[in-house]
Amino acid sequence: MSQSTPNASARNQTWDEFTEGLWRQNPVFVMMLGMCPTLAVTVSAVNALSMGLATAFVLVCSCALVSLMRKVVPKEVRIATYIVIIATFVTVVDYAIQMVSLALYDALGAFIQLIVVNCIILGRAEAHASKNPPWVASVNALGMGLGFTVGLFALGAVREILGAGSLFGISLFGADFQPWVVMVLPPGGFFVLGSWLLGFAWWEKRKQRLAGLQTPAERG
Amino acid sequence: MHESAFQIFVSVLLANNFVLAMFLGLCPFLGVSGRLDTAFPMGLATTFVIVVASLCAYGLNILLTYFHLEFLRLISYIVIIASAVQLVEMVLKKYSPTLFRALGIYLPLITTNCAVLGVALFQTAREYDFVQSMAFSVGGGAGFTLALVLMAGLRERLQLVDIPDIAQGTALALMLGGILSLAFMGFAGIGGGG
Repeated sequence: MSQSTPNASARNQTWDEFTEGLWRQNPVFVMMLGMCPTLAVTVSAVNALSMGLATAFVLVCSCALVSLMRKVVPKEVRIATYIVIIATFVTVVDYAIQMVSLALYDALGAFIQLIVVNCIILGRAEAHASKNPPWVASVNALGMGLGFTVGLFALGAVREILGAGSLFGISLFGADFQPWVVMVLPPGGFFVLGSWLLGFAWWEKRKQRLAGLQTPAERG
Repeated sequence: MHESAFQIFVSVLLANNFVLAMFLGLCPFLGVSGRLDTAFPMGLATTFVIVVASLCAYGLNILLTYFHLEFLRLISYIVIIASAVQLVEMVLKKYSPTLFRALGIYLPLITTNCAVLGVALFQTAREYDFVQSMAFSVGGGAGFTLALVLMAGLRERLQLVDIPDIAQGTALALMLGGILSLAFMGFAGIGGGG
């Protein structure tokens, strides 16, 4: 996608674009976008990882294409155009996963096709890719996609460890472990994500206190 | 695959509630559930879009299958849904401008509500006939509204309570969602599975 390799002065900015999605604006923990697949497919680490990578692929491809076409598409029909672009790539991913692993396809179910309505992708296409050149847009999209993958993995790993006593299907605690089944059921998704957010909020608060800044938490 | 329409309706309303058991439509669930008087209309608007989309998707699927164009399913579904949302938006703008403003950005976002596309995709995947599809979409919409209203009621109460700083906002909403979801698991088995 790169039309010109980034020179030294632009490298910092490129790195900035990349890490924005990875940490500062993490789609799962900070922006709270794309909640539905986040909670639904993270019953195991493998599912979470593959869902994250599939979403990242769609995100990068769509953002690159949207960015390439940003001067051609009239403003009035841009959302419809984006959606059609996204739906095209999702169809590609859908058939690809079906071909690579039918077991995975069954596990993820309708949520592969539901990548279309993942708010992250449309949000990025509208807010970032439609205003930036292809190289910058792709890098930013890649960061976002990886950030989403990391977020999903954080959820999936915790839920699998607590709910099934294993990670990537490998048993961790031996046969005596009594699995905490509710963690792999729907309520567990809410609880684990809520706990992660609590943890981050606590961490932020602690950092502020250590820095001597007694400002109240602004995130509400 | 031969469940009665009533079974499907009850199952998707309670035991397989879209929001709390299948994780569809979480964005509005977390976003618009702050106040009761916007939560209910939002639920109704979404229900309407779900039913219209399900109706169109049913007809479209027959057409696509006839012409062997199944790979276009996703794209055509999403276009239909976008049009249905546009319709609701115009109607609301004309007849209830206050409500239109209150729902704000969440109204056009119904397009990207997974529940809407989810209904269309699930009814295709499960090969529901016409009556079953209708029961599925109406039940799903009602279930969505129910979850939204319950959540809004809880959150309105919680505004009066003194909670720790770090737990405020989304983390609290997620915990509430978890507890609600736990409660709805008690309905499991009603309606003969989904």
